[in-house]
Amino acid sequence: MVCAAIVVSGTAYAQGLRPYAVVEDSISASLTGAKGDPVRGRSLVANRQVGLCLLCHNGPFPEEKFQGNLAPDLKGAGARWSEGQLRLRIVDSRRLNPDTIMPSYYRIEGLARVAPAFADKPVLTAEQIEDVVAYLATLRD
Amino acid sequence: MSRLFRHVILSAVLCGASAASADEIPPAERKSGYEQMGREIRAMQDDDSANPAMLWVLDGEALWSLKAGAAGKSCADCHGDAQASMKGVAARYPAYSPALARPVDLEQRINMCRTDQQQATPLPAESKELLVLSAFLARQSRGVPVEITDDRLRPFVERGGELFTRRQGQINLSCAQCHDDRWGQRLAGSLIPQGHANGYPLYRLEWQTLGSLQRRLRNCLTGMRAELYPAGAPEYVDLQLYLKSRARGLAIEAPAVRP
Ligand code: HEC
Ligand code: HEC
Repeated sequence: MVCAAIVVSGTAYAQGLRPYAVVEDSISASLTGAKGDPVRGRSLVANRQVGLCLLCHNGPFPEEKFQGNLAPDLKGAGARWSEGQLRLRIVDSRRLNPDTIMPSYYRIEGLARVAPAFADKPVLTAEQIEDVVAYLATLRD
Repeated sequence: MSRLFRHVILSAVLCGASAASADEIPPAERKSGYEQMGREIRAMQDDDSANPAMLWVLDGEALWSLKAGAAGKSCADCHGDAQASMKGVAARYPAYSPALARPVDLEQRINMCRTDQQQATPLPAESKELLVLSAFLARQSRGVPVEITDDRLRPFVERGGELFTRRQGQINLSCAQCHDDRWGQRLAGSLIPQGHANGYPLYRLEWQTLGSLQRRLRNCLTGMRAELYPAGAPEYVDLQLYLKSRARGLAIEAPAVRP
């Protein structure tokens, strides 16, 4: 019974993930069809419980005392990468580097033993990812 | 690292030989979480009168001599002076239980004595009584180097090693990716330790209390957004065993203090 219910909701959610096309190393189209909001994106990136980014990355967040150093500095990310390249790096970094520790923020398959509260959910929604991409694109220097 | 290679290493570990590997931390670099802590927290651990965990040890000492259960016996009635009889025990736990045909951790061993010898009810996981007794016992091994040698434990150490290197949770990380590959680096505000199990049970400032190694492992699993194993599950014991074999040679610090 329980298993059946999980499978059904898993499929339902998988159908809920929006389709996207990867060309070379980028996803050029917005996942939502709309442009994200860079202000919301900034607070998502800084949020330790939602974006999680600063657990691993440093970035231009003078107000955030505790930032990680497991990953490249986010400063200048918008100069190094196009929006499409940034989008793929957030959506599914594993496609670029299968050994990466950067989580795939918009992928629900290929994971083991996910806590029930997070099962069949991407780390961020399509809207949130567009906000993050819009923010990262502003990091020009 | 291939499974075969890890198997070879673990066999070497259990035979007491040293082995080097690209992935496992080489013996010369192996160090306790203690060495990565700030001066103040180290001072807290070093001085029994400042170490908050000593309150648990003192309560544990009292419980050691308290008669309990239908048998009306105390731990001391069977084991005598813990300073002599319990020295080194925590350094070689989890240990193999022939009755269960698998390893048990110190807390489980305490509860086996409760039920079989004292004929008392087992103490709940993470309960005050269980923590004070395990803190008191572990304290008797302070300074003794960690060593897992029992050959019967080999398959369980190996299974723990597989759990340690398996990616899991929504964040899709393995223990090894942080504790073998990135120790010394910063996860937000925390310096990642090598993740050795030589200080438990310990007082964690973030908890504001004493807690078991299983509790620590649950913290890491929660951070990975992974499903927790049920309390007392064999997976925790196998992981503990692997951590202990990985910490071989490090001195027991229990009850330690950690941020
Ligand atoms: C658990 C660690 C971790 C978390 C959490 C994480 N990243 Fe990363 N990220 C990495 C690592 C490591 C890399 C380096 C590339 C690789 O390993 O493939 C990376 C690469 C990147 C890159 C490309 C790096 C460059 O060259 O500029 C961007 C952009 C990025 N991350 C943004 C983010 C954002 C935004 C978030 C949060 C929504 C985030 N990351 C969360 C670990 C992480
Ligand atoms: C994303 C990184 C990360 C992952 C993955 C992770 N840990 Fe940890 N672990 C930490 C950090 C950081 C600490 C120290 C926390 C602190 O002091 O605030 C820690 C602490 C520990 C400790 C305590 C060490 C001591 O000195 O007391 C142990 C043991 C441990 N981890 C084991 C594990 C195991 C087993 C797993 C997998 C089930 C795991 N960890 C997964 C980051 C991680």
